[in-house]
Amino acid sequence: MSVIEIVRFAMRGLIANRLRSLLTMLGIIIGIAAVILLTALGNGASVYIQSQIAGLGANSITVLPRQPPETAGTDGRPLTSADARALADPQGAPDVASVSPVVTLSATTAAGRATSDVTVVGSTPSYFSGANVQMGTGRFYTDADVEAGRKVVLLGRTVADDLFGAGSDPVGQNVLVDDVPFLVIGTLAPAGQGQGLSNPDENILAPLTAVQGSLTGFGNLSQIVVQARSTEAQAAAESEINSILDRRHGIDGVDARDYQVISARQLADVLDQTLSAFTLLLAAIAAISLVVGGIGITNIMLVSVTERTREIGIRKALGAPPSAILGQFLVESIILSVVGGILGVAVGYAGTLVPLGDFRPVILPAAVVAAVAVSAAIGIFFGAYPARRAARLRPIDALRRE
Amino acid sequence: MTVSAIEGVGEVEHVLDVRGLSKVYGEGETAVHALRDVDFSVRRGEYVAVIGQSGSGKSTLLNMLGCLDAPTSGRYLLEGLDVANLDERQQAVLRNRQIGFIFQAFNLIPRTTALANVELPLVYAGVGRRVRRERAEAALSLVGLEGRSDHRPNQLSGGQQQRVAVARALVTTPALLLADEPTGNLDTASTTDVLGLFDRLHEAGRTIVIITHDDEVAARAERVVVVTDGRLTEAARR
Repeated sequence: MSVIEIVRFAMRGLIANRLRSLLTMLGIIIGIAAVILLTALGNGASVYIQSQIAGLGANSITVLPRQPPETAGTDGRPLTSADARALADPQGAPDVASVSPVVTLSATTAAGRATSDVTVVGSTPSYFSGANVQMGTGRFYTDADVEAGRKVVLLGRTVADDLFGAGSDPVGQNVLVDDVPFLVIGTLAPAGQGQGLSNPDENILAPLTAVQGSLTGFGNLSQIVVQARSTEAQAAAESEINSILDRRHGIDGVDARDYQVISARQLADVLDQTLSAFTLLLAAIAAISLVVGGIGITNIMLVSVTERTREIGIRKALGAPPSAILGQFLVESIILSVVGGILGVAVGYAGTLVPLGDFRPVILPAAVVAAVAVSAAIGIFFGAYPARRAARLRPIDALRRE
Repeated sequence: MTVSAIEGVGEVEHVLDVRGLSKVYGEGETAVHALRDVDFSVRRGEYVAVIGQSGSGKSTLLNMLGCLDAPTSGRYLLEGLDVANLDERQQAVLRNRQIGFIFQAFNLIPRTTALANVELPLVYAGVGRRVRRERAEAALSLVGLEGRSDHRPNQLSGGQQQRVAVARALVTTPALLLADEPTGNLDTASTTDVLGLFDRLHEAGRTIVIITHDDEVAARAERVVVVTDGRLTEAARR
């Protein structure tokens, strides 16, 4: 009695009840498709977020002032230009490539009658690479502009559209920033909503000295943007920043710090952890539907065994050993679940072709392999009980049944 | 006791030999004695009819002889082999090799061609596909159904279905053909047909035990035994 014969008997049994086989399979199809689709969604979201974080600026680290906890007994010190200079020291911070002191403020810009509420970012040219700023038209400001304190400005796309009309090139025009005239020397490439922590399309960029001289005064910094030498050097650069600032601010513990260091790497880690927990949760919910599908298989196979009790009796009378009967019914349920699993993968794949917002689901090859393996396991597990019942039927009882 | 021991059974004078066979259903006061201390043996090539009223215990006897049910007590030798010592799998092998069943209700597998039905015992015997087909076709032509290989049971008349069943019983060349009311569901013409087939098989040297309540059917056999209230008596020899 070869395996081929057992498979042939099983196929015959399934084909004899096409509709029922298909409906039973549907439970597994839905379950597997749900698992494939939801893990693909989670994975797609992860891939999307990773690409967005990469857009924040590779190797970039942002230092922000922070209110220390009350137990520290001090309000803490602000970030200053002296701090920024200390971080740029190649002895104390060998893994730091560039340091950009940043002041920001909210302001209203105006050109003629048009106005736009913006965030003014005053910094140095190294900020462009540190924050991954992409130029649209014109030019970036230079070190010479910073040294001279020239009141020149780059407009975010939304600001340029608001002040000069959609798609315009305002290079050479003047704008008033809180009533101070600035010359427009360029625009930024559209970054799109949600890239980074604030919307860069609503920013205007000007030399640090010009912003301090005309808008904020020469006081404290809003943040310091640091670029590490390489992605690998990022962790080392972070610890160098910590030790320099701890020393300068007289801080003796991590909890007492009056500043915080944020990097794209940290952000990516946190988001990734949250996302994989979320994906796992979704997959677990989908797995419940798989269990329900499996119970459906048990149910239908029990019905099938009862219905074909007489056939089982005939087979036994003709000399089918218990193992052959067991095999026939077990293979039936395995075929149901594995074919259901493969169809489920196909349905799940078809589902991922539908783009959702900005990102597309990305199927994990491991999820496909796991889905097919799990569906086979479901067939064995949920088919075992009905098959054992069929194999244990006494031929005399089975034959007596009409 | 192994499978090869079953296959290796040599020539024994009695194909089946039953001593002191009893079957009791239930326990205590509700116990039903379906068979009481039955002694019965069949020689090779014999054609024996077992007759009795319904409820006499003749079907129980058939189940015992066919290894479909186990006796409460007594000894049953089939081809010299004590059936009581066999486990479920070995009994399945024994039914497959030594016994050919013919049932009143034909008991063909539905939605399955005549050829596939006849091949079925050979599948369980592990016979290869080509040989299986040849032997099944030979068995079908022996019962006069060579043109009906591809017909399904619902496309065949009762007589034809029973002839498929006979072909299926014959195909493994078993030591014993066990027929349970084989003409019970057939019209007169088909009955004559099937009984004629049995006569031919008998002439060819097959051992046949036929269970019936029909005296006309029993009259064809060379020996008739009567089951009454679970006891077996020999009828007068013709």
